[in-house]
Amino acid sequence: MGYRLGIDVGGTNTDAVVLDEEHRVLAKAKTPVSRDVVSGIRAVVAEVLQKSGVDPAAVTHAMLGTTQVTNAIIERRGLAPVAILRLGAPATRAVGPLAAWPSDLREKVEGPSAILPGGVEYDGRPISAFDAEAVRRFVREALDQGFRAFAVTGVFSPVRNDDELHAAEIIEHEAGGEAVLSLSYEIGSVGLLERENAAVLNAAVSGVAARVTEAFRAALESLDVRAELFLSQNDGTLMSLDYARRYPILTVACGPTNSIRGAAFLSRRRDAVVVDVGGTSTDVGVLVSGFPRESAVAVEIGGVRTNFRMPDLISIGLGGGSRVRLEAGELRVGPESVGSAILEEAQVFGGRTLTMTDVVVARGMASLGDPKRVTAEAGLLEAAFRKAVAMVEEAVDRIKTSAAPVPVVAVGGGSILLPDRLEGASEIDRPEHYEVANAIGAAIAQVSGTVDRIFSLEQRSREAALSEARESAFAEAVRAGADPKTVEVIEVEEVPLAYLPGNAVRVKVKAAGRLRGVEVS
Amino acid sequence: MRTAERKWTVAQIDEAVLDDLALGATVLGTGGGGDPYVGCLMAREAIRRKGPVPLMDVEALPERGLVVPVAMMGAPTVLVEKLPSGEELARVVRALERRVGRPVVALMSAEAGGVNSTIPVAAAAELGLPLLDADGMGRAFPEIPMCSMHLAGVAATPMALADEKGNLELLETVDNFWTERLSRTATVAMGGSSIIALYPMEAGQVRGAVIAGTIGRAIGIGRVLREARSGGFEVLEALLDVTGGRLLFAGKVVDVLRRTQGGFVRGTASLDGTGRDEGSVLRLEFQNENLVAVRDGLPLASVPDLLSVLDAETHTPITTEGLAYGQRVELLGIPSEPVWRTPQGLELVGPRAFGYDFDFIPLERGGSGERGLQAGH
Repeated sequence: MGYRLGIDVGGTNTDAVVLDEEHRVLAKAKTPVSRDVVSGIRAVVAEVLQKSGVDPAAVTHAMLGTTQVTNAIIERRGLAPVAILRLGAPATRAVGPLAAWPSDLREKVEGPSAILPGGVEYDGRPISAFDAEAVRRFVREALDQGFRAFAVTGVFSPVRNDDELHAAEIIEHEAGGEAVLSLSYEIGSVGLLERENAAVLNAAVSGVAARVTEAFRAALESLDVRAELFLSQNDGTLMSLDYARRYPILTVACGPTNSIRGAAFLSRRRDAVVVDVGGTSTDVGVLVSGFPRESAVAVEIGGVRTNFRMPDLISIGLGGGSRVRLEAGELRVGPESVGSAILEEAQVFGGRTLTMTDVVVARGMASLGDPKRVTAEAGLLEAAFRKAVAMVEEAVDRIKTSAAPVPVVAVGGGSILLPDRLEGASEIDRPEHYEVANAIGAAIAQVSGTVDRIFSLEQRSREAALSEARESAFAEAVRAGADPKTVEVIEVEEVPLAYLPGNAVRVKVKAAGRLRGVEVS
Repeated sequence: MRTAERKWTVAQIDEAVLDDLALGATVLGTGGGGDPYVGCLMAREAIRRKGPVPLMDVEALPERGLVVPVAMMGAPTVLVEKLPSGEELARVVRALERRVGRPVVALMSAEAGGVNSTIPVAAAAELGLPLLDADGMGRAFPEIPMCSMHLAGVAATPMALADEKGNLELLETVDNFWTERLSRTATVAMGGSSIIALYPMEAGQVRGAVIAGTIGRAIGIGRVLREARSGGFEVLEALLDVTGGRLLFAGKVVDVLRRTQGGFVRGTASLDGTGRDEGSVLRLEFQNENLVAVRDGLPLASVPDLLSVLDAETHTPITTEGLAYGQRVELLGIPSEPVWRTPQGLELVGPRAFGYDFDFIPLERGGSGERGLQAGH
């Protein structure tokens, strides 16, 4: 019998679950996030193992969702300086690397940079011949100056990656295994500066990623858990620890994603809107074929424009801890929240702040603390409840793709504040274990591969281009650890390029499958 | 000329003004025209190296010397990936200078909307030349002959095209439609985007051929939107004031259909009215840019008037690619430049020129019925 451990380190709580081979939840636990993340993980895992009665040695897979990398970027902590190589000269010299970065982040991250020959046109023709000698010189100089993290970006590398790969070979050869490599084609999509930014950020957080993965391993080993370890990533799938060390940037939005995946699993739905209500905020996302819908626009991280895959989310300042008050005769709900101090501050627990938790307890929707302690009058409670519901209804409506009512899955500890009916929702699912949906999402995650590339349809048929994209996505999923027998294409998107004759089309394909070595009934 | 409506004047374009220009140009891009971001970064780098760009009033132009519009041609998707080398800008301008045999005294924007609002700023900074406060469209249009210079009888050629590798092509054509066709082919060969300089004009010839004041106007629009973000005043009022436009419709996007046709993304967005427009339905037709608005079956406004969709909360312009179900939006209508409302102008860029079977109705006369025409008549 093999068991799986799912852990999610959020803003307020660290959650953990133990699942058996049939994906049944054997135990769950929730503890406040410790300042030292490792001890928090150890505590919550020890608790959940003890509750489940599972022998630590019988845990075969452990999955971690964490915001550590995101925090490092936002707080500018522990970042490595990066040597930046761009291939495409003489093109692209008009705007250098890191041109639009906030200066405090740029200071921490910027190493030597060069724009050298290489790269291709949108149809795959070379722009200029790759200059191996010039690359070697750049790499040697950077190494001599002590730089170990490299980011390489070639023009239209999502179309052809030869030059990025060639540069990687040179770096690995010169550094003799000492370098950290970040290749843009593996991280971002079309849009040179955004992809380069993503590649540079990825290289910059390599040290953070190494520490997080090492701490995760150490925390589990100290509890005699010797499972295969994974990190969850933005698109709701998993990476091995080795893969996560190479692409740590892909973990930055895994929290909401895990909740959406967990909601899909718990509700057994593949298409729905997911409302994840926490203590301070509510994330509304969309489940499409069992995965979160991705954002179509460039997303900023720490003030930097990037273009790698991120879930499409609407976040509103509403949660169980949201403050409810009258200001100049106007009722306000959130965005301020008592957060993790809810046990001291909410009225049902003897505190003095009126929160959304007090509202739902007083209305008899949940039994927590003492409803008699709520001092507000019934009219105000009713109005606050209606306002909160309207906020959620509007977010649900904004994220839908059509006017037709959709099923809504409610998860997260704060989802007790949702009513049984919402406008725009055909029905509302409140699955069992809703409060740890994020840890479950991490535990049940699959492994995926994505291809996002421009194809010219001058020389070949649309079918040939699509099948090449499918095969690449399939191979990418297998490379990331998926069992080839279970991999299937879960998403295909074609976007024709405007203002350009010659039938160029951007094709995006995602494939996903179960982890190798996990038996599922 | 609409210079009287300008609420702000600037003497030069520095880094801060550049951001306002890019934001305002997105409104004048009417949903298309490409993202000014890359051009903005190019201009910023050039300004940091060479200093701010003087913005020159059309009235202040000397009589002698050349004025040359500079632009990017091709696919915005290519531009954001294969950025220019930066040297193309000087190369195309110098090529025209050599060919015509006169010095260039000012550069100019071919269009006031989208990506081509900021690229001429980069060129002007690079060459140390002033930028004329004018353009050829007052908005963005997709083709070379769709500009006031063409209507004034100015030839688009001699025209220079350059790629980042150092290739330069000099075109001479029998008319501006051939210029469009031949330069498009060359641009594809150059990898899908090129830098162009065209419509070289003697300074004395410029006054009747360009639309004056449009760069200052784009900057003013951007400034209103930027200040709106910090809150504190009625954004929509200020926006209507600076654009001379009107709020045509407020509503929610309930459906977006897209299809590809001849390299263009065509589509229709349907909006259900909210507030004052509750109970009404608006259909917005676009082909890269927003072209036609039909309210409850009656044409409300159309190209060449400007139709810009703004997010109802943030007043941020939304591109045709960014339109999606559920968005709460405002449709802003801005009257086109008078030159587009002449019979010649309408023949070139009126609704029929884009394949819609009805006559142009100026947006100040369109609306709920009284002068509206049945679509299809």
